[in-house]
Amino acid sequence: MNILLAVVVVLGIITLTQLIRVFELTKSLNGTKDNEVTDKENNGIANGFMLYLIGLFSFFIWLVWAYGPFLLPEAASVHGEKIDLLMNFNWAIIITSFAITHILLFYFAFKYKRTKGVKADFVTHNAKLELVWTTVPAIVLAIVIIYGISTWNDIMTDEPEDALTIELFAKQFDWTARYAGEDGVLGKSNYRLISGTNPMGLVTLETIVEKLAELEKKKAKLELKLSNAEPNGTIAENTEEKIRKIDKHFAKVFAYQKEMEMDSNLFLTGHDDIPVKVEFHLPVNKPVKFFIRSRDVLHSVYMPHFRAQMNAVPGMLTSFYFTPNKTTDEMRNITKNPEFDYLLLCNKICGAAHYNMQMNIIVESEEKYNAWLKEQPTFFAEEARVDKELKEIVASN
Amino acid sequence: MEAQLETATIQDEGHHHSEPFITKYLFSQDHKMIAKQFLITGTIMAFVGMIMSLLFRLQLAWPGESFGILNFFLGDKWAPEGVLDPNMYLALVTIHGTIMVFFLLTAGLSGTFANLLIPLQIGARDMASGLINMLSYWFFFLSSVIMIMSLYVEAGPASAGWTIYPPLSALPKAIPGSGTGMTLWLVSMSLFIVSSLLGGLNYIVTIINLRTKGMKMTRLPLSIWALFVTAILGVLSFPVLLSAVLLLVFDRTFGTSFYLSDIYIAGEALDSTGGSPLLFQHLFWFLGHPEVYIILLPSLGITSEVISTNSRKPIFGYRAMIGSILAIGFLSFIVWAHHMYITGMNPFLGAVFTFTTLLIAIPSAVKVFNYITTLWRGSIRFTPAMIFAIGMVSTFITGGVTGIILADAALDINLHDTYFVVAHFHIVMGLSAVLAMFAGVYHWYPKMFGRLLNKKLGYLHFWLTFVSAYGVFFPQHFQGLAGVPRRYYSWTEYPLFADFADLSILITIAAILGGLAQFIFLYNFIYSMYRGQKSPQNPWQSNTLEWTTPVKHIHGNWPGELPTVHRWPYDYSKPGKDQDFVPQTVPLEEGESDGESGH
Ligand code: HEM
Ligand SMILES: [Cu+2]
Ligand SMILES: [Cu+2]
Repeated sequence: MNILLAVVVVLGIITLTQLIRVFELTKSLNGTKDNEVTDKENNGIANGFMLYLIGLFSFFIWLVWAYGPFLLPEAASVHGEKIDLLMNFNWAIIITSFAITHILLFYFAFKYKRTKGVKADFVTHNAKLELVWTTVPAIVLAIVIIYGISTWNDIMTDEPEDALTIELFAKQFDWTARYAGEDGVLGKSNYRLISGTNPMGLVTLETIVEKLAELEKKKAKLELKLSNAEPNGTIAENTEEKIRKIDKHFAKVFAYQKEMEMDSNLFLTGHDDIPVKVEFHLPVNKPVKFFIRSRDVLHSVYMPHFRAQMNAVPGMLTSFYFTPNKTTDEMRNITKNPEFDYLLLCNKICGAAHYNMQMNIIVESEEKYNAWLKEQPTFFAEEARVDKELKEIVASN
Repeated sequence: MEAQLETATIQDEGHHHSEPFITKYLFSQDHKMIAKQFLITGTIMAFVGMIMSLLFRLQLAWPGESFGILNFFLGDKWAPEGVLDPNMYLALVTIHGTIMVFFLLTAGLSGTFANLLIPLQIGARDMASGLINMLSYWFFFLSSVIMIMSLYVEAGPASAGWTIYPPLSALPKAIPGSGTGMTLWLVSMSLFIVSSLLGGLNYIVTIINLRTKGMKMTRLPLSIWALFVTAILGVLSFPVLLSAVLLLVFDRTFGTSFYLSDIYIAGEALDSTGGSPLLFQHLFWFLGHPEVYIILLPSLGITSEVISTNSRKPIFGYRAMIGSILAIGFLSFIVWAHHMYITGMNPFLGAVFTFTTLLIAIPSAVKVFNYITTLWRGSIRFTPAMIFAIGMVSTFITGGVTGIILADAALDINLHDTYFVVAHFHIVMGLSAVLAMFAGVYHWYPKMFGRLLNKKLGYLHFWLTFVSAYGVFFPQHFQGLAGVPRRYYSWTEYPLFADFADLSILITIAAILGGLAQFIFLYNFIYSMYRGQKSPQNPWQSNTLEWTTPVKHIHGNWPGELPTVHRWPYDYSKPGKDQDFVPQTVPLEEGESDGESGH
């Protein structure tokens, strides 16, 4: 590859220097001026533009022919079909205006090249013509705008009450999908509770207690360090600063616990939540509302086959709702690709592994979906398992 | 009259040579020298930005492949064994975008042509303040140096994309590039903004106050109208970016939380609550969208001049052109949130911004129709400048029409941050402005350097550039429509995108071809400075005032009195004249009407 590249570059450079020399030579021979254009050159360029026009259109057609089949297949969601219609409508307008203006531009350049004895027309403006070409685009755009906005409002506003709710949780660099579990309610979360065993910061009595214990342990360690450090040195200062931070954190979590205790049900809603990684499933033809969160930087939920995208913003809950209407199997048939899978990609720059922050999505019948969901461990079970593993690791050390 | 000027030039030469090097070439307050300084600095930055794009294009075409050249440029840390590091990929993309948008197409473009053309085309001896003008350049120079320095930071330069959205840019621990690299980026951009503001204020004041006798606003060339509105846009919007940057600096260093809330990073829950990353996006795009017109308007202005002169025909619809410039300028302030449809912003706003954004299509369409009609029944002379200008109209259309799709909030849902967007903004903004800038350089090079650029090389440069330009960016629409996200280091993790592997290679080859073609230009640029043909005083038989000044630069531009203007700048092929052009300094004959009404 390297050698190939080097050869291309070297050949390129040699060709260019040779060309420059040829130009210099011909120039000194026939003595043309650089601010004048000979008829031969002028006609050559006019023809060049016509060729370019043909070339550009052919390139376009070739791209459509060669890569059209690899564009996204038809939408796999209800609102997505509306988007596709709107898109096709827009394409019709755009390709037409692209073609007409390009033909005129290059054809006029060709046709009105300087010709001996023909003087340019002194036309400065034409009120009628200008009125026409202001109003025609205005009318066309009015239609585009009205159609576009009504589709947008459609998509963003009418959410059914009974939608299945799923949380998509982003962090550098992976996704977790969280299902509400048996009670149908997503448990609360608080970023101050995030820890190795609780990466999403879910709120249960256990996670709060664990967090408080963890902070106390950390503080004890730091205090020990402080007592050994030289008083008023930089180490002592840094450690004190860290202890202050932990105290603050502790106070916030503690206050949060008190607040939650007012309604102890809140502690329970998280227990049966089901977090899954790598792949999540959706029942077909059932509205799903995604709640989207991030714990560090911006990410974006992008599910191109469903025509769905929404940013994950730290400190803010965003959402997107749609109804998938084709199962994975159906889509495999449509695309004639037995390996086809729906994807969730991260679409907001978030760091080195941004390009590989993905999840598979399986759309299937409701029965299959229910069966799959049953097999997934709940947060509570999962936490207990991770906890046990961690303890074992610690014990074995 | 021309003869008189020639003699005046000669008399002046003696005085000119005595000036010391420092004030003549370095700390010059002469607008013509400052224009050249901007052009040359901008060109150097452009080559840096271009080489960066070629480096990351190699990775995209041949992911994971080893390239000696990557190792050569980036060293063992960022390209171990010639394979590009993902962090460095993001850094290259970020600095490439920053350089192209700000350093080349804002400072390089406006700095060059506003400085060169404003005094010369309105008939002024210099800018309103030579000192401020000089400072504007030196702030820009300093800012360029710092941006380049940031490439050598241990942990790498800023890597959060040229839009530097927080929290990625606000948390020094978020990614390697968010540390010192980001700090330098912010310092550099702050200086850059100061430079823009100094320049912009000067341009505005000069155009308002220093027009020569008879140069009514309705007799200004469109290039000046465009630069005027551009400067106003800059002065109104850059301060907003500066405040966004300052707040970001506060968040980074003083623990405020304008943009931060509920964040857990690097094993620590930060104390910040209540801020919003969306605030930054609103502030950023309040500049960011006018910014694309800060790039486009001067390009359109240059194109107007070049097309009219070389069609030997008045620009069609002069008043409509001014109206469109003003309309575009105004509308550009109320469309910013079209970059934020899917950020979690209130969906109602999406509808509003779809509406305002699509309105811009109307004045833009008017401009395109006017260009095309200017060609109609013209007598076109294809100078290198002219063909670049025609190329610019083509890319402005191609990139503009896809804007209609992206403006539609409902359609943007699926296209936002994909290669469709990369294709769109490169064609409409990157290519159009670069082609226009080339048109401007070929056209006004004789005014800057007293010599002509080699024409044949110009033709060769154009065709290679124009072919590779579409070759690079046209296919990217298709990738975008297949859902390929931008700012991805590689697509090899997705079988879905494997079908586009060949196309990526095609794009990269086109990019390399285009990159090589720019060296023809570089060669021509440097060679012609010393060895190019000497330019006559008015090489393109043009009407505007800059061609009434002597070829050899003098302070104060005109040796004697300032010229008086008697007519608009577009009297080409006017019936009843023996020449096909009538300079603005020629008095109207009895009963001759001026301007658009001069049928
Ligand atoms: C003067 C012309 C150009 C301008 C104004 C320009 C501007 C930009 C901007 C603003 C970005 C976005 C950076 C970001 O996402 O943070 C970008 C990215 C990019 N540019 Fe350019 N660019 C120009 C020329 C080129 C050239 C010649 C190439 C060669 C192939 C190129 C290829 C790319 C690619 C591949 C990306 C990255 C896309 C991604 O990964 O998201 N650009 N450019
Ligand atoms: Cu990401
Ligand atoms: Cu915009």
